[in-house]
Amino acid sequence: MSTPLRILVPIKRVIDYAVKPRVNKAQTAVETAGVKHSMNPFDELSVEESVRIRERGGVPVDDILAFTAGPAKAAEVLRTAMAMGADRGIHVEVDPEKDGGELEPLGVAKLLKAVVEKEKNNLVILGKQSIDDDAGQTGQMLAGLLGWPQATQASEVKFSAESGEVTVTKEVDGGVETLRAKLPMIITTDLRLNEPRYASLPNIMKAKKKKLEKKTLADYDVDVGRRLKTIKVTDPPPRQGGGKVDDVDGMIAKLKDLGAI
Amino acid sequence: MDIEDIQIYVETPDSPRLDPTKQMPSWILLITFMGTRKLSSNHVQYFKQLLGSESAVIDGVSKDASADLEAFNCDWLRKYRGHTKLVLRPKSTEEVSKIVKYCNDNMLAVVPQGGNTGLVGGSIPVFDEIIVSTARMNSIRSFDEMSGILVADAGCILEVVDQYLAGRSHIFPLDLGAKGSCHLGGNVSTNAGGLRLLRYGSLHGNVLGVEVVVPDGTIVDELSTLRKNNTGYDLKQLFIGAEGTIGIITGVSILCPQRPQAVNVAYLGLESFGKAQLAFREAKRHLSEILSAFELMDGISQELVERVAKKKPPLEGKHPFYCLIETSGSNKEHDDEKLEKYLEFVLSNDIISDGVLAQDETQVQSLWSWREGIPECLNHWGGVYKYDVSIPLPELYQLVDDTRERLSSAGLIGDDESLPVVGVVGYGHMGDSNLHLNVPTRRFDRDVEKELEPFVYEWIQKRNGSISAEHGLGIAKKPFIGYSRSRKMLDMMKDIKKLYDPNGIMNPYKYI
Ligand SMILES: Cc1cc2nc3c(=O)[nH]c(=O)nc-3n(C[C@H](O)[C@H](O)[C@H](O)COP(=O)(O)OP(=O)(O)OC[C@H]3O[C@@H](n4cnc5c(N)ncnc54)[C@H](O)[C@@H]3O)c2cc1C
Repeated sequence: MSTPLRILVPIKRVIDYAVKPRVNKAQTAVETAGVKHSMNPFDELSVEESVRIRERGGVPVDDILAFTAGPAKAAEVLRTAMAMGADRGIHVEVDPEKDGGELEPLGVAKLLKAVVEKEKNNLVILGKQSIDDDAGQTGQMLAGLLGWPQATQASEVKFSAESGEVTVTKEVDGGVETLRAKLPMIITTDLRLNEPRYASLPNIMKAKKKKLEKKTLADYDVDVGRRLKTIKVTDPPPRQGGGKVDDVDGMIAKLKDLGAI
Repeated sequence: MDIEDIQIYVETPDSPRLDPTKQMPSWILLITFMGTRKLSSNHVQYFKQLLGSESAVIDGVSKDASADLEAFNCDWLRKYRGHTKLVLRPKSTEEVSKIVKYCNDNMLAVVPQGGNTGLVGGSIPVFDEIIVSTARMNSIRSFDEMSGILVADAGCILEVVDQYLAGRSHIFPLDLGAKGSCHLGGNVSTNAGGLRLLRYGSLHGNVLGVEVVVPDGTIVDELSTLRKNNTGYDLKQLFIGAEGTIGIITGVSILCPQRPQAVNVAYLGLESFGKAQLAFREAKRHLSEILSAFELMDGISQELVERVAKKKPPLEGKHPFYCLIETSGSNKEHDDEKLEKYLEFVLSNDIISDGVLAQDETQVQSLWSWREGIPECLNHWGGVYKYDVSIPLPELYQLVDDTRERLSSAGLIGDDESLPVVGVVGYGHMGDSNLHLNVPTRRFDRDVEKELEPFVYEWIQKRNGSISAEHGLGIAKKPFIGYSRSRKMLDMMKDIKKLYDPNGIMNPYKYI
């Protein structure tokens, strides 16, 4: 019998993937007021994968815990995660205004370590990055802090019931890499891992009855002190307008001019 | 359809009138002979001098310009083909006025053309009429953020205008699949309905004024920016939906609402059309002012989309009917709360069997694709017989059932390649009682046509429905107008046409 899984799925509320972000006037950050927010798309993959691990059977799953640290509205993404199939949620309320800015990856990783220890998780599935700051560090730092094996950018996750081992396939430049590790471990998810389900109405209703605990940073007693200062945020340079050529010869001449051939 | 299949009946001022409901065979093209003249190179010379610039005239009279003319001579459905030899692209209302006056004086026929996305062949010349394109008249003249009133040239592209408004927290009161190409002038001339009609109402209400060049060349400046103006007949309404038959619209003034901050989309599975009606009634009750779309899709429409687009459907099981509900409002928390109450109500009262709620913008768009993708997916097998009709809501879907029954008993439907009909599909703007009855076929087939027409038109006539809810008449529906309008109404329409266009130069052979 393999050990039952206690999965932790950290998720983040970010500006919706389909919204074009605008830099604020002071060039200190991206404008967030009045902008549509949703769950970080990579985190949807983590939630989906956790639920599929349970649905596939093979290994028993005792608990799927969705966790977020963020402003009051971040509770919405926990409800979404629970509607998708997470069992319960923990929301550490962090108000960037009052708490000295957004958490940094290291702060989040320390917080997650404390959660893992308290909740006795043996598997953490995170998105490989969050699309707002694109740092792509939290999973790796958490693995370091916990001293657990990690498999990043997963495109397939398989459990072996007999050996209790996890096989993770990841896409790398020009091919795939397959890793095997024993629990406990960290997995970060990549786009091709799965196609997240819609939140069905019956499950949205059920999710309302699931437990959502509100906590504060003080409850975990970790140092989330900021080490980075954002100097300036700017838009990418506007795209240079293209030119038209009349024929193939014109194109070749142009490419030569540009030194491209 | 081959050209030989069309029977051409040329109606002259003296010929007896046909009653389309009684005497029309299925494929007949009713052509009213207007006595307009042929184009000569002298005419072309006049236009070249008038418009000055090279790019303003596409001249196929004095030289071969067929490649450049192609895009103007062929419609979006690739169903109609015109033979124009001259396209004029004026830049100002004054130029339009001079073009039209000259055409009227010289008895030259004219077809106004916007984005050429019309679905009834209205923007395509029947013979070699001159095309007057609004493409180069594309400035936004003014926008008042306080009142939301926009004044713009007729040739502005809908999507461009909507983007402009988005930057000013407003929205154009019309949205449709062709927004990237269609022009405001074309939208107003077809009185386009689209996806937001349920919420913002028809252009008959939102258009506050128009600037039109009437067939004698006079510029009628009715570009009012007043919401209220009860001083005489509201003649601008005549031009909304006139499909270019009594003048060329050169400018419009339109009331634009505040852009909604919060948009939600739910996709529901239902057991029957009766349940869909209940769901609609409850949606109006619970969601009233934030309800912005209520769309119906039948089971087969979604199965065909799944088969063609090879996508995973939003719901686990299969359902006979699906509805897509959209809410748009100013406060997300309020909207979420209302929508949740509604969804809980319809779910716990067994009005709906299942459903999903989009959690992010990507899901919003992908749920919409199950509705918006239907027309394209139906084209997959070959031709599609399309009927865009208005029917009183309780019987809206009955037409689909009856048509399916009819084609089944004629032995024409099936999965077998030898059978012409793939299926009978119903979907549409349920919130506006507007059904799209579509019959995707493996090939156009006379027997299918005979079963469909005049059956469909007669069916609609019996229920006092409309044979063309939003796409208009153009050339495609002209023969069938008698099923939806009385002789008296038709006569009054013809009187108007004669009054404003005595020479019959504006978009001839079409409409009425
Ligand atoms: C993908 C797709 C989706 C669509 N969805 C909808 C929908 O949901 N609802 C709906 O109602 N329609 C829909 N339509 C059809 C709709 O009528 C057109 O898309 C649009 O309103 C026409 O605008 P246009 O500029 O392309 O006009 P055109 O096709 O160029 O012209 C249409 C008619 O108006 C006349 N006209 C054009 N400009 C002027 C002018 N300035 N003055 C006088 N007459 C003029 C033309 O002579 C012609 O008779 C759809 C079409 C497509 C291709």
